[in-house]
Amino acid sequence: MRPLRLPLAIVLGLFALLIAAPAWACGGLVNTNGSVTLVRTTTLAAYHRGIEHYVTSFEFAGGTGEFGSIIPLPGVPTKVIRGGDWTLQRLVQETQPQPEAFALAATAGAAEDRAQVILKTEIDALDIVVLEGGGTAVGDWAREHGFFLPPDAPEVLDFYAERSPIFMTVRFDASRAAEQGLGAGDGTPVHVVIPTTNPWVPLRILGLGAGPEAPVEADVYLLTDLEPATLPAPLTPGLATRLPQDLHPGLVLERSEAASPSLLTDLRDDKGMEWLPSSGMWLSYLRVDARAGDLDYDLAIDASGAGQPSPVAAGLAPEAASDPAGAPSYGPAIWTAIAVLVLLGVAAGRERRRTGRPAV
Amino acid sequence: MRPRLFAVALVALAACAPASASTSVRTVAIGIHYSAFSLDAIDVEPGETVRFVVTNTDPIDHEFIIGDQAVQVAHELGTEAFHPPRPGEITIPAGETVSTTFTFGERDLLFGCHLPGHYVFGMRGTVDVV
Repeated sequence: MRPLRLPLAIVLGLFALLIAAPAWACGGLVNTNGSVTLVRTTTLAAYHRGIEHYVTSFEFAGGTGEFGSIIPLPGVPTKVIRGGDWTLQRLVQETQPQPEAFALAATAGAAEDRAQVILKTEIDALDIVVLEGGGTAVGDWAREHGFFLPPDAPEVLDFYAERSPIFMTVRFDASRAAEQGLGAGDGTPVHVVIPTTNPWVPLRILGLGAGPEAPVEADVYLLTDLEPATLPAPLTPGLATRLPQDLHPGLVLERSEAASPSLLTDLRDDKGMEWLPSSGMWLSYLRVDARAGDLDYDLAIDASGAGQPSPVAAGLAPEAASDPAGAPSYGPAIWTAIAVLVLLGVAAGRERRRTGRPAV
Repeated sequence: MRPRLFAVALVALAACAPASASTSVRTVAIGIHYSAFSLDAIDVEPGETVRFVVTNTDPIDHEFIIGDQAVQVAHELGTEAFHPPRPGEITIPAGETVSTTFTFGERDLLFGCHLPGHYVFGMRGTVDVV
Protein backbone atom coordinates (compact mmCIF):
# COMPACT_ATOMS: atom_id res chain seq x y z
CA MET A 1 0.00 0.00 0.00
CA ARG A 2 1.27 3.42 -0.88
CA PRO A 3 0.33 5.96 1.72
CA LEU A 4 -0.89 9.22 0.29
CA ARG A 5 -0.61 12.42 2.21
CA LEU A 6 -2.58 15.13 0.53
CA PRO A 7 -3.09 18.19 2.62
CA LEU A 8 -5.66 19.93 0.50
CA ALA A 9 -6.88 23.39 1.25
CA ILE A 10 -9.94 24.54 -0.56
CA VAL A 11 -11.55 27.91 -0.08
CA LEU A 12 -14.93 28.53 -1.61
CA GLY A 13 -16.32 32.02 -2.13
CA LEU A 14 -13.10 32.64 -3.59
CA PHE A 15 -13.67 29.17 -4.64
CA ALA A 16 -10.80 27.07 -4.38
CA LEU A 17 -7.37 26.44 -3.44
CA LEU A 18 -5.69 23.20 -3.99
CA ILE A 19 -2.16 22.66 -2.84
CA ALA A 20 -0.29 19.75 -4.24
CA ALA A 21 3.18 19.42 -2.97
CA PRO A 22 4.33 16.76 -5.34
CA ALA A 23 2.90 17.17 -8.73
CA TRP A 24 1.28 13.82 -8.27
CA ALA A 25 -0.77 15.03 -5.46
CA CYS A 26 -3.40 17.42 -6.56
CA GLY A 27 -4.49 15.69 -9.64
CA GLY A 28 -3.80 12.31 -10.90
CA LEU A 29 -0.11 12.52 -11.20
CA VAL A 30 1.57 10.48 -13.71
CA ASN A 31 5.11 9.31 -13.35
CA THR A 32 6.82 7.59 -16.21
CA ASN A 33 7.25 4.44 -14.16
CA GLY A 34 3.78 4.56 -12.72
CA SER A 35 4.88 5.21 -9.19
CA VAL A 36 2.97 7.52 -6.92
CA THR A 37 5.39 10.03 -5.48
CA LEU A 38 2.84 12.27 -3.95
CA VAL A 39 4.33 14.10 -1.05
CA ARG A 40 1.92 16.84 -0.24
CA THR A 41 -0.82 18.69 -2.09
CA THR A 42 -2.71 21.84 -1.20
CA THR A 43 -5.48 23.51 -3.12
CA LEU A 44 -7.63 26.57 -2.59
CA ALA A 45 -10.99 26.93 -4.28
CA ALA A 46 -12.95 30.10 -3.76
CA TYR A 47 -16.29 31.09 -5.25
CA HIS A 48 -17.60 34.62 -5.53
CA ARG A 49 -20.12 36.15 -7.95
CA GLY A 50 -20.16 33.17 -10.25
CA ILE A 51 -16.40 32.89 -10.55
CA GLU A 52 -14.40 30.03 -9.17
CA HIS A 53 -10.82 30.85 -8.27
CA TYR A 54 -8.81 27.72 -8.10
CA VAL A 55 -5.33 28.09 -6.69
CA THR A 56 -3.05 25.11 -6.62
CA SER A 57 0.55 24.88 -5.62
CA PHE A 58 2.73 22.29 -7.23
CA GLU A 59 5.76 21.23 -5.31
CA PHE A 60 8.84 20.28 -7.23
CA ALA A 61 9.91 16.78 -6.26
CA GLY A 62 13.48 17.26 -7.40
CA GLY A 63 15.57 15.14 -9.68
CA THR A 64 15.71 15.17 -13.42
CA GLY A 65 12.68 13.06 -14.24
CA GLU A 66 9.52 14.60 -15.55
CA PHE A 67 6.30 14.36 -13.64
CA GLY A 68 2.97 15.99 -13.83
CA SER A 69 -0.68 15.76 -12.98
CA ILE A 70 -4.13 15.92 -14.45
CA ILE A 71 -6.79 17.98 -12.72
CA PRO A 72 -10.46 18.00 -13.71
CA LEU A 73 -12.05 21.45 -13.76
CA PRO A 74 -15.72 22.40 -13.46
CA GLY A 75 -15.59 24.75 -16.44
CA VAL A 76 -13.47 26.45 -19.08
CA PRO A 77 -10.97 28.78 -17.41
CA THR A 78 -10.63 32.32 -18.68
CA LYS A 79 -7.08 32.57 -17.45
CA VAL A 80 -4.37 30.59 -15.72
CA ILE A 81 -1.83 32.71 -13.93
CA ARG A 82 0.77 32.43 -11.25
CA GLY A 83 -0.85 32.29 -7.87
CA GLY A 84 -0.10 34.51 -4.94
CA ASP A 85 2.81 33.91 -2.64
CA TRP A 86 1.08 33.21 0.63
CA THR A 87 -2.61 32.63 0.08
CA LEU A 88 -2.48 28.89 0.70
CA GLN A 89 -0.13 29.15 3.62
CA ARG A 90 -2.26 31.84 5.23
CA LEU A 91 -5.33 29.62 5.05
CA VAL A 92 -3.48 26.78 6.70
CA GLN A 93 -2.26 29.15 9.35
CA GLU A 94 -5.80 30.36 9.97
CA THR A 95 -7.15 26.89 10.66
CA GLN A 96 -4.11 24.87 11.66
CA PRO A 97 -1.99 27.36 13.55
CA GLN A 98 0.72 24.91 14.56
CA PRO A 99 4.06 26.57 13.86
CA GLU A 100 5.51 23.35 12.46
CA ALA A 101 2.70 22.92 9.97
CA PHE A 102 2.98 26.50 8.83
CA ALA A 103 6.73 26.24 8.43
CA LEU A 104 6.35 23.14 6.30
CA ALA A 105 3.71 24.72 4.13
CA ALA A 106 5.75 27.84 3.70
CA THR A 107 8.63 25.89 2.27
CA ALA A 108 6.67 24.24 0.24
CA GLY A 109 -16.97 18.49 -26.17
CA ALA A 110 -17.13 15.90 -24.16
CA ALA A 111 -17.46 13.35 -26.93
CA GLU A 112 -14.69 14.68 -29.16
CA ASP A 113 -12.47 12.00 -30.62
CA ARG A 114 -9.46 14.22 -30.04
CA ALA A 115 -8.90 16.46 -27.09
CA GLN A 116 -8.84 20.14 -27.99
CA VAL A 117 -6.15 22.31 -26.46
CA ILE A 118 -7.92 25.45 -25.31
CA LEU A 119 -5.16 27.07 -23.30
CA LYS A 120 -1.41 26.68 -22.96
CA THR A 121 0.86 28.61 -20.65
CA GLU A 122 4.07 28.38 -18.69
CA ILE A 123 4.37 29.37 -15.08
CA ASP A 124 7.91 29.16 -13.76
CA ALA A 125 8.96 25.56 -14.43
CA LEU A 126 5.42 24.35 -15.05
CA ASP A 127 4.01 23.60 -18.49
CA ILE A 128 0.24 23.93 -18.24
CA VAL A 129 -2.25 22.79 -20.85
CA VAL A 130 -6.02 23.00 -20.50
CA LEU A 131 -7.85 20.41 -22.57
CA GLU A 132 -11.44 19.86 -23.60
CA GLY A 133 -12.49 16.37 -24.48
CA GLY A 134 -13.98 13.11 -23.35
CA GLY A 135 -12.20 10.74 -21.03
CA THR A 136 -10.72 8.66 -23.83
CA ALA A 137 -9.64 11.72 -25.82
CA VAL A 138 -7.94 13.28 -22.82
CA GLY A 139 -6.35 9.95 -21.97
CA ASP A 140 -5.08 9.65 -25.53
CA TRP A 141 -3.63 13.15 -25.39
CA ALA A 142 -1.94 12.49 -22.06
CA ARG A 143 -0.45 9.22 -23.29
CA GLU A 144 0.77 10.78 -26.52
CA HIS A 145 2.43 13.55 -24.52
CA GLY A 146 4.36 11.25 -22.24
CA PHE A 147 2.06 10.92 -19.28
CA PHE A 148 1.85 7.53 -17.68
CA LEU A 149 -1.72 6.83 -16.71
CA PRO A 150 -2.39 4.27 -13.96
CA PRO A 151 -4.92 1.49 -14.62
CA ASP A 152 -7.80 3.26 -12.90
CA ALA A 153 -7.35 6.35 -15.09
CA PRO A 154 -9.75 5.37 -17.92
CA GLU A 155 -12.72 5.07 -15.56
CA VAL A 156 -11.77 8.12 -13.51
CA LEU A 157 -11.35 10.30 -16.62
CA ASP A 158 -14.79 9.24 -17.84
CA PHE A 159 -16.20 9.91 -14.37
CA TYR A 160 -15.16 13.54 -14.71
CA ALA A 161 -15.67 14.02 -18.44
CA GLU A 162 -19.33 13.07 -18.16
CA ARG A 163 -19.87 16.14 -15.99
CA SER A 164 -17.21 18.53 -17.26
CA PRO A 165 -14.92 17.70 -20.18
CA ILE A 166 -12.30 20.19 -19.04
CA PHE A 167 -8.97 19.01 -17.68
CA MET A 168 -5.77 20.80 -16.80
CA THR A 169 -2.49 18.97 -17.22
CA VAL A 170 0.56 20.22 -15.41
CA ARG A 171 4.10 19.07 -15.99
CA PHE A 172 7.32 20.15 -14.35
CA ASP A 173 10.10 20.89 -16.79
CA ALA A 174 13.13 19.61 -14.94
CA SER A 175 15.61 21.64 -16.99
CA ARG A 176 13.71 24.90 -16.41
CA ALA A 177 13.44 24.02 -12.73
CA ALA A 178 17.21 23.65 -12.63
CA GLU A 179 17.73 26.95 -14.45
CA GLN A 180 15.43 28.69 -11.99
CA GLY A 181 17.14 27.11 -9.03
CA LEU A 182 14.12 25.18 -7.87
CA GLY A 183 14.89 22.62 -5.23
CA ALA A 184 12.90 19.70 -3.96
CA GLY A 185 10.00 21.01 -1.96
CA ASP A 186 9.78 24.38 -3.68
CA GLY A 187 6.21 25.10 -4.65
CA THR A 188 4.74 27.00 -7.58
CA PRO A 189 1.21 28.30 -6.99
CA VAL A 190 -1.18 28.34 -9.92
CA HIS A 191 -4.39 30.40 -9.96
CA VAL A 192 -7.16 29.24 -12.30
CA VAL A 193 -10.14 31.54 -12.88
CA ILE A 194 -13.26 29.60 -13.87
CA PRO A 195 -16.66 31.15 -14.50
CA THR A 196 -19.22 28.55 -13.46
CA THR A 197 -22.63 28.28 -11.90
CA ASN A 198 -21.85 24.88 -10.53
CA PRO A 199 -18.75 24.87 -8.36
CA TRP A 200 -17.33 21.65 -7.10
CA VAL A 201 -14.04 20.40 -5.80
CA PRO A 202 -12.49 17.27 -7.28
CA LEU A 203 -11.75 14.71 -4.58
CA ARG A 204 -11.87 11.35 -6.34
CA ILE A 205 -8.89 12.31 -8.46
CA LEU A 206 -6.79 12.35 -5.28
CA GLY A 207 -6.92 8.57 -5.15
CA LEU A 208 -5.85 8.06 -8.75
CA GLY A 209 -3.21 5.39 -8.99
CA ALA A 210 -3.48 4.41 -5.35
CA GLY A 211 -4.54 1.00 -4.17
CA PRO A 212 -8.04 0.74 -2.70
CA GLU A 213 -6.70 0.50 0.84
CA ALA A 214 -4.36 3.48 0.55
CA PRO A 215 -5.35 6.32 2.86
CA VAL A 216 -6.07 9.68 1.26
CA GLU A 217 -5.83 12.68 3.52
CA ALA A 218 -6.42 16.26 2.50
CA ASP A 219 -7.40 19.61 3.91
CA VAL A 220 -10.10 21.45 2.01
CA TYR A 221 -10.84 25.11 2.63
CA LEU A 222 -13.91 26.77 1.23
CA LEU A 223 -14.50 30.53 1.10
CA THR A 224 -18.03 31.42 0.11
CA ASP A 225 -20.36 34.38 0.29
CA LEU A 226 -22.76 32.41 2.48
CA GLU A 227 -22.38 29.39 4.70
CA PRO A 228 -22.31 26.57 2.17
CA ALA A 229 -24.08 23.25 2.08
CA THR A 230 -21.92 20.46 0.77
CA LEU A 231 -22.49 17.03 -0.62
CA PRO A 232 -21.49 14.60 0.73
CA ALA A 233 -22.37 16.24 3.99
CA PRO A 234 -19.39 16.02 6.34
CA LEU A 235 -19.39 14.44 9.74
CA THR A 236 -18.90 16.53 12.83
CA PRO A 237 -15.56 16.13 14.60
CA GLY A 238 -17.38 14.59 17.56
CA LEU A 239 -19.00 11.88 15.46
CA ALA A 240 -15.78 11.21 13.60
CA THR A 241 -13.90 10.55 16.81
CA ARG A 242 -16.47 7.95 17.85
CA LEU A 243 -15.82 5.80 14.80
CA PRO A 244 -13.63 2.71 15.13
CA GLN A 245 -9.99 3.61 14.75
CA ASP A 246 -9.58 1.69 11.51
CA LEU A 247 -12.64 3.27 9.91
CA HIS A 248 -12.00 6.38 7.86
CA PRO A 249 -14.68 9.05 8.31
CA GLY A 250 -14.48 10.42 4.77
CA LEU A 251 -15.24 14.10 5.25
CA VAL A 252 -15.08 15.93 8.57
CA LEU A 253 -16.14 19.57 8.99
CA GLU A 254 -13.45 20.85 11.32
CA ARG A 255 -14.28 24.56 11.10
CA SER A 256 -17.26 26.57 9.88
CA GLU A 257 -17.26 30.26 10.70
CA ALA A 258 -17.27 33.78 9.33
CA ALA A 259 -13.89 34.49 7.79
CA SER A 260 -11.96 36.79 10.07
CA PRO A 261 -11.12 40.32 8.87
CA SER A 262 -7.43 39.65 9.33
CA LEU A 263 -7.59 36.55 7.14
CA LEU A 264 -9.41 38.36 4.36
CA THR A 265 -7.03 41.31 4.57
CA ASP A 266 -4.01 39.05 4.33
CA LEU A 267 -5.45 37.12 1.42
CA ARG A 268 -6.45 40.29 -0.45
CA ASP A 269 -2.90 41.57 -0.11
CA ASP A 270 -1.56 38.57 -2.02
CA LYS A 271 -0.99 38.74 -5.79
CA GLY A 272 -4.12 38.09 -7.82
CA MET A 273 -6.39 38.06 -4.78
CA GLU A 274 -7.76 41.58 -4.94
CA TRP A 275 -11.14 40.28 -6.10
CA LEU A 276 -11.75 38.82 -2.65
CA PRO A 277 -14.26 40.87 -0.63
CA SER A 278 -12.86 42.48 2.47
CA SER A 279 -15.73 41.21 4.58
CA GLY A 280 -18.75 38.96 4.60
CA MET A 281 -17.09 35.71 3.55
CA TRP A 282 -17.64 32.32 5.15
CA LEU A 283 -14.73 29.99 5.87
CA SER A 284 -15.20 26.23 5.96
CA TYR A 285 -12.44 23.79 6.67
CA LEU A 286 -13.07 20.19 5.75
CA ARG A 287 -10.67 17.37 6.42
CA VAL A 288 -10.62 14.49 3.98
CA ASP A 289 -9.69 11.15 5.52
CA ALA A 290 -10.75 8.24 3.36
CA ARG A 291 -9.64 4.96 1.84
CA ALA A 292 -8.84 5.54 -1.81
CA GLY A 293 -11.29 2.77 -2.66
CA ASP A 294 -14.09 4.62 -0.89
CA LEU A 295 -13.29 8.03 -2.34
CA ASP A 296 -15.59 7.73 -5.34
CA TYR A 297 -17.14 11.18 -5.05
CA ASP A 298 -16.33 14.86 -5.32
CA LEU A 299 -17.40 17.75 -3.14
CA ALA A 300 -20.45 19.60 -4.42
CA ILE A 301 -21.03 23.03 -2.95
CA ASP A 302 -24.14 25.14 -2.78
CA ALA A 303 -23.21 28.59 -1.55
CA SER A 304 -26.46 30.20 -2.67
CA GLY A 305 -28.21 29.68 0.61
CA ALA A 306 -30.66 27.20 -0.91
CA GLY A 307 -28.96 24.35 0.88
CA GLN A 308 -29.19 21.98 -2.05
CA PRO A 309 -25.79 20.89 -3.36
CA SER A 310 -26.01 18.90 -6.54
CA PRO A 311 -25.69 15.09 -6.43
CA VAL A 312 -24.52 15.32 -10.03
CA ALA A 313 -21.71 17.71 -9.13
CA ALA A 314 -20.71 15.36 -6.34
CA GLY A 315 -20.54 12.48 -8.79
CA LEU A 316 -23.26 10.65 -6.88
CA ALA A 317 -25.91 10.71 -9.58
CA PRO A 318 -25.86 10.54 -13.36
CA GLU A 319 -26.22 13.77 -15.27
CA ALA A 320 -29.64 13.01 -16.74
CA ALA A 321 -31.18 11.66 -13.58
CA SER A 322 -30.77 14.72 -11.48
CA ASP A 323 -29.88 17.99 -13.09
CA PRO A 324 -29.16 20.68 -10.57
CA ALA A 325 -31.04 23.22 -12.65
CA GLY A 326 -34.30 21.43 -12.53
CA ALA A 327 -34.59 17.90 -11.45
CA PRO A 328 -35.15 16.68 -8.00
CA SER A 329 -32.52 17.67 -5.58
CA TYR A 330 -31.64 15.75 -2.49
CA GLY A 331 -31.40 17.61 0.75
CA PRO A 332 -28.08 17.47 2.51
CA ALA A 333 -29.79 16.06 5.56
CA ILE A 334 -30.70 12.94 3.61
CA TRP A 335 -27.13 12.46 2.48
CA THR A 336 -25.87 13.06 5.97
CA ALA A 337 -28.23 10.41 7.24
CA ILE A 338 -27.12 8.00 4.54
CA ALA A 339 -23.47 8.64 5.29
CA VAL A 340 -23.97 8.10 8.99
CA LEU A 341 -25.99 4.94 8.41
CA VAL A 342 -23.36 3.56 6.08
CA LEU A 343 -20.60 4.29 8.54
CA LEU A 344 -22.55 2.82 11.41
CA GLY A 345 -23.43 -0.17 9.25
CA VAL A 346 -19.79 -0.80 8.49
CA ALA A 347 -18.92 -0.43 12.13
CA ALA A 348 -21.66 -2.85 13.10
CA GLY A 349 -20.50 -5.33 10.50
CA ARG A 350 -16.98 -5.21 11.81
CA GLU A 351 -18.24 -5.68 15.33
CA ARG A 352 -20.27 -8.70 14.20
CA ARG A 353 -17.28 -10.26 12.51
CA ARG A 354 -15.15 -9.68 15.56
CA THR A 355 -17.61 -11.06 18.09
CA GLY A 356 -19.47 -13.53 15.93
CA ARG A 357 -22.79 -12.04 16.94
CA PRO A 358 -24.91 -9.14 15.91
CA ALA A 359 -23.77 -5.75 17.07
CA VAL A 360 -26.24 -3.71 18.99
CA MET B 1 -11.42 -44.64 -56.69
CA ARG B 2 -13.46 -42.26 -58.76
CA PRO B 3 -13.24 -38.64 -57.75
CA ARG B 4 -16.87 -38.54 -56.63
CA LEU B 5 -16.50 -41.56 -54.40
CA PHE B 6 -13.28 -40.15 -52.99
CA ALA B 7 -15.07 -36.99 -51.99
CA VAL B 8 -17.86 -38.92 -50.35
CA ALA B 9 -15.33 -40.97 -48.47
CA LEU B 10 -13.62 -37.85 -47.18
CA VAL B 11 -16.92 -36.43 -45.97
CA ALA B 12 -17.73 -39.70 -44.28
CA LEU B 13 -14.38 -39.81 -42.57
CA ALA B 14 -14.77 -36.26 -41.35
CA ALA B 15 -18.23 -37.01 -40.01
CA CYS B 16 -17.07 -40.07 -38.16
CA ALA B 17 -13.93 -38.57 -36.68
CA PRO B 18 -14.13 -37.44 -33.06
CA ALA B 19 -14.17 -33.71 -32.55
CA SER B 20 -10.49 -33.25 -32.01
CA ALA B 21 -9.48 -29.98 -30.39
CA SER B 22 -6.24 -29.95 -32.26
CA THR B 23 -7.80 -30.01 -35.70
CA SER B 24 -9.58 -26.66 -35.47
CA VAL B 25 -8.85 -23.24 -34.13
CA ARG B 26 -11.49 -21.64 -31.98
CA THR B 27 -11.66 -17.88 -31.78
CA VAL B 28 -12.25 -16.23 -28.42
CA ALA B 29 -12.94 -12.49 -28.36
CA ILE B 30 -11.85 -10.60 -25.26
CA GLY B 31 -12.54 -6.97 -24.54
CA ILE B 32 -10.65 -4.65 -22.25
CA HIS B 33 -12.49 -1.69 -20.77
CA TYR B 34 -11.63 0.36 -17.69
CA SER B 35 -8.59 -1.88 -17.22
CA ALA B 36 -10.66 -5.03 -16.88
CA PHE B 37 -10.84 -8.10 -19.10
CA SER B 38 -14.33 -9.01 -20.26
CA LEU B 39 -13.63 -12.61 -19.22
CA ASP B 40 -12.03 -13.75 -16.01
CA ALA B 41 -12.07 -17.47 -16.82
CA ILE B 42 -11.71 -19.36 -20.08
CA ASP B 43 -12.31 -23.09 -20.59
CA VAL B 44 -10.25 -24.96 -23.18
CA GLU B 45 -9.81 -28.59 -24.11
CA PRO B 46 -6.52 -30.41 -23.72
CA GLY B 47 -4.42 -29.70 -26.77
CA GLU B 48 -6.82 -27.10 -28.09
CA THR B 49 -5.55 -24.21 -30.18
CA VAL B 50 -7.32 -20.94 -29.52
CA ARG B 51 -7.04 -17.66 -31.38
CA PHE B 52 -7.57 -14.80 -28.94
CA VAL B 53 -8.77 -11.52 -30.43
CA VAL B 54 -8.25 -8.85 -27.80
CA THR B 55 -9.79 -5.40 -28.20
CA ASN B 56 -8.62 -2.57 -25.99
CA THR B 57 -11.06 0.34 -25.76
CA ASP B 58 -9.06 2.15 -23.08
CA PRO B 59 -6.84 5.16 -23.78
CA ILE B 60 -3.92 3.30 -22.21
CA ASP B 61 -1.95 0.29 -23.39
CA HIS B 62 -2.54 -3.19 -22.00
CA GLU B 63 -1.07 -6.69 -22.29
CA PHE B 64 -2.48 -10.17 -22.62
CA ILE B 65 0.01 -12.70 -21.35
CA ILE B 66 -0.83 -16.41 -21.13
CA GLY B 67 1.32 -18.70 -19.01
CA ASP B 68 1.77 -20.44 -15.72
CA GLN B 69 2.53 -18.73 -12.44
CA ALA B 70 6.23 -18.57 -13.26
CA VAL B 71 5.51 -16.78 -16.54
CA GLN B 72 3.23 -14.30 -14.80
CA VAL B 73 5.82 -13.58 -12.13
CA ALA B 74 8.55 -13.15 -14.72
CA HIS B 75 6.48 -10.58 -16.60
CA GLU B 76 5.41 -8.83 -13.42
CA LEU B 77 9.05 -8.36 -12.52
CA GLY B 78 10.23 -7.80 -16.06
CA THR B 79 10.98 -4.62 -17.86
CA GLU B 80 9.82 -5.48 -21.36
CA ALA B 81 7.80 -2.43 -22.30
CA PHE B 82 6.39 -3.88 -25.47
CA HIS B 83 5.92 -7.52 -26.42
CA PRO B 84 6.88 -8.62 -29.89
CA PRO B 85 4.54 -11.08 -31.58
CA ARG B 86 4.96 -14.24 -29.56
CA PRO B 87 2.32 -16.93 -29.06
CA GLY B 88 0.30 -16.02 -26.00
CA GLU B 89 2.11 -12.77 -25.28
CA ILE B 90 0.88 -9.56 -26.86
CA THR B 91 0.69 -5.86 -26.18
CA ILE B 92 -2.58 -4.22 -27.15
CA PRO B 93 -2.03 -0.50 -27.73
CA ALA B 94 -4.74 1.92 -26.70
CA GLY B 95 -7.80 1.66 -28.89
CA GLU B 96 -6.51 -1.24 -30.95
CA THR B 97 -7.26 -4.92 -31.52
CA VAL B 98 -4.51 -7.54 -31.54
CA SER B 99 -4.75 -11.31 -31.86
CA THR B 100 -2.58 -14.19 -30.76
CA THR B 101 -2.89 -17.93 -31.23
CA PHE B 102 -1.92 -20.33 -28.48
CA THR B 103 -2.01 -24.10 -28.16
CA PHE B 104 -2.77 -25.36 -24.70
CA GLY B 105 -1.44 -28.51 -23.11
CA GLU B 106 -2.81 -30.40 -20.16
CA ARG B 107 -2.24 -27.79 -17.48
CA ASP B 108 -4.39 -24.92 -16.33
CA LEU B 109 -2.80 -21.56 -17.00
CA LEU B 110 -3.25 -17.91 -16.12
CA PHE B 111 -3.56 -14.77 -18.17
CA GLY B 112 -2.95 -11.19 -17.19
CA CYS B 113 -1.57 -7.74 -17.92
CA HIS B 114 1.72 -6.77 -16.34
CA LEU B 115 2.05 -3.10 -17.08
CA PRO B 116 2.75 -1.28 -13.80
CA GLY B 117 -0.08 -1.80 -11.36
CA HIS B 118 -2.42 -3.54 -13.79
CA TYR B 119 -2.20 -7.11 -12.45
CA VAL B 120 -2.81 -5.98 -8.89
CA PHE B 121 -5.63 -3.77 -10.14
CA GLY B 122 -7.41 -6.94 -11.26
CA MET B 123 -6.31 -7.54 -14.83
CA ARG B 124 -5.94 -11.29 -14.56
CA GLY B 125 -7.86 -14.50 -15.10
CA THR B 126 -7.57 -18.26 -15.44
CA VAL B 127 -7.52 -20.68 -18.32
CA ASP B 128 -8.99 -23.99 -17.20
CA VAL B 129 -8.21 -27.10 -19.20
CA VAL B 130 -11.33 -29.23 -18.99
